[in-house]
Amino acid sequence: MTNPSADDARPATAGRAPAPDPGQPGPARQDPAETAVARAPATAAVNGDEPLLRLVGVGKNFGPVRALTDINLDVPQGQVTALVGDNGAGKSTLIKTIAGIWTQDAGEILWEGKPVRLHSPKDASALGIATVYQDLALADNLDIVQNMFLGREPVRHWVLDETTMEKDAKRTLADLSVVTVRSVRQPVGSLSGGQRQAVAVARAVLRQARLVILDEPTAALGVTQTRVVLDLIRRLKDQGIAVIVISHNLNDVMTVADRVAVLRLGQMVSVGPLSQYDAQSIVDLMTTGTSKRLAGVPAEPSSGSSSEH
Amino acid sequence: MSTDVEPPGADEVAAQTAATAAPEVIADSFGEYVKIWWTRVRSGESGALPVILGLVVIVVYFQARSSLFLSAGNLVNLIEQAAWIVTLGMAEVFVLLLGEIDLSIGYTSAIGAVFTCWLLVPPDPAPWPLAVLVGLAFPAVFGLIEGVIITWLRLPSFVVTLAGQLAALGLLLSIINTAAPGSGGTIRLYNNVLNDIENGAMSPLTGWIVTAAAVVLGGALMLTRDSRRRAGGLAAPPPSVTWLKVAAMAVAGVVVVLIGNTNRGVGFVVVQGVPWVILVVLVVLVGWSFLLGRTRFGRYVYAIGGNAEAARRAGINLSRIRILAFVLAGLTAGIVGIIYASQLGSVSSNVPGGQNVLYAVAAAVIGGTSLFGGRGKMLGAVLGGLIVAVIYNGLQLLGLGASPQYIWTAVVLLAAVTIDTVARRSQART
Repeated sequence: MTNPSADDARPATAGRAPAPDPGQPGPARQDPAETAVARAPATAAVNGDEPLLRLVGVGKNFGPVRALTDINLDVPQGQVTALVGDNGAGKSTLIKTIAGIWTQDAGEILWEGKPVRLHSPKDASALGIATVYQDLALADNLDIVQNMFLGREPVRHWVLDETTMEKDAKRTLADLSVVTVRSVRQPVGSLSGGQRQAVAVARAVLRQARLVILDEPTAALGVTQTRVVLDLIRRLKDQGIAVIVISHNLNDVMTVADRVAVLRLGQMVSVGPLSQYDAQSIVDLMTTGTSKRLAGVPAEPSSGSSSEH
Repeated sequence: MSTDVEPPGADEVAAQTAATAAPEVIADSFGEYVKIWWTRVRSGESGALPVILGLVVIVVYFQARSSLFLSAGNLVNLIEQAAWIVTLGMAEVFVLLLGEIDLSIGYTSAIGAVFTCWLLVPPDPAPWPLAVLVGLAFPAVFGLIEGVIITWLRLPSFVVTLAGQLAALGLLLSIINTAAPGSGGTIRLYNNVLNDIENGAMSPLTGWIVTAAAVVLGGALMLTRDSRRRAGGLAAPPPSVTWLKVAAMAVAGVVVVLIGNTNRGVGFVVVQGVPWVILVVLVVLVGWSFLLGRTRFGRYVYAIGGNAEAARRAGINLSRIRILAFVLAGLTAGIVGIIYASQLGSVSSNVPGGQNVLYAVAAAVIGGTSLFGGRGKMLGAVLGGLIVAVIYNGLQLLGLGASPQYIWTAVVLLAAVTIDTVARRSQART
């Protein structure tokens, strides 16, 4: 699906690169952008050098607890960034910061190169950031169309425009190749785990999300359903949408990710293209913060954070 | 890894779909429609069917015990008795769909009716529409206050509306004594227009015209909706099914008018015509069904009842919808108050408001509304209310007292809740 050789050229330094240095990752990022983002040319052309989302030195404290320290992360569009880390590593805190649920205490969030402040989930969704949490937030008693449009139903003279909704929902699902759903009018409660995930993702796409964050999308799924969801993630990527996937399942990460970001104890210990990692090195990074198996590049702790000790 | 290959279990999924999606939206032919419908019935997604079957069984039983049961006179009597239960049941649906309950509307409806009667007391009565407006406004405002307390203080609706019930009873006693001092706690309804809601009837011709208009209007709406869906490239029910539904509607209308137009007078007095109250109930049913089924408000009510957290994350203002639901329950209770006053020709402080509201909850639940929220329809409350009324009417006709009436209502209610719960469980398992 991806082009590892193109990724190889990119430095594994996104996590360590000082923020205002667009020159370094810039040219290398062009390559995958041309292949994967072909279907979203407008945005790619305007901001070809900038990743869709860039975190620079982001920190978050809860009282005396430092949940995140000096996080640097680039999320390019049309690519899947896997965010991995052990329990308590700060994955949830990080995505909640991106989703606008919490505001960072330090650092900057850049959206297409421009600094943005995300004070609420509304700010994030206005930019096109959609988060699909583990519980999916679907109403089981409503059908697929009703769930996808919940809160944004088109109306004509106060009456719900069901025809428009159903057509748009069908088209979005078709674009995502969700083939197993027989009718978009069946209640979501009757769907399988993978299908439910698909509906939640389709809702994000329908709302023109440009960055979709998936929190453990395969956690509760069997083999078949997991495959459905991984295919879905690839479709998102093909549509030029940036994806952040949080996962504990390294198989999934190795299958679907273009880039890997490893969090440990609130610090970004390594970021880079998937080709630099194998399952063992990711586990090493997650548990100890370093790995001897990293291809080529020695893993280092995130800059400035070594002072912690 | 291609998505072109259907994963194993796709057949299973399709079969499951057949059981859960309404046949209206997936069936291509009449035969398939019936097949899907039957699959749904077997899996517990049967809609109104068990309620209608139950109604038929009870009716057959009473007719077997007393040949008077299906006489025109008794059926019209039944309709007049059922009207307030049915409407109060519809009021309760708004809050039950949210997973809430309103125990106060039995008494607030009575207070509203007292205000209406009070304004119409001679010698200089207010215009009756104004009196009705006040009678509707009071329960609505009462619902508003309860809704605000429930959402802002996050208190359980059961307790808040139980307090509301007690407060409303207290208010009722004091307001009646102010409005009609020295009358022993009863205020008469002097207005003929309002009295005729329950006690007057359309002329036979008017009955036919109203029925024809209703059937034509309803049929036209269904057919245009189908054709619009087909024009948009979406699945629509087979025309045969839609026409069958229109025909069923017409038959039901004709039967009601035929019954209503039969002379039910005694001796030389001719009493005939469909009681006006049917029209009132029908308007409430159509209006509220439209509100729940075709507007954002209705969609959000179902969403909150199904998964409040999902609704909140979708940006829905939960408090506003919840408060509005309590207001609408109150408003509908106001209509019930008018019907109740019209039936009795007066409002009394002895009105069993606590018991009435429990009948209303029973009506809604028997009609398929889930106490857990998210499931139920206005039409269900009407059918459930009819069952409650039929039991009441039939046992009275048999000369049996209150005791079996309560017990049988209890049995039916328990059966309905059991069916609801079992259906939910079997769904959760699939």
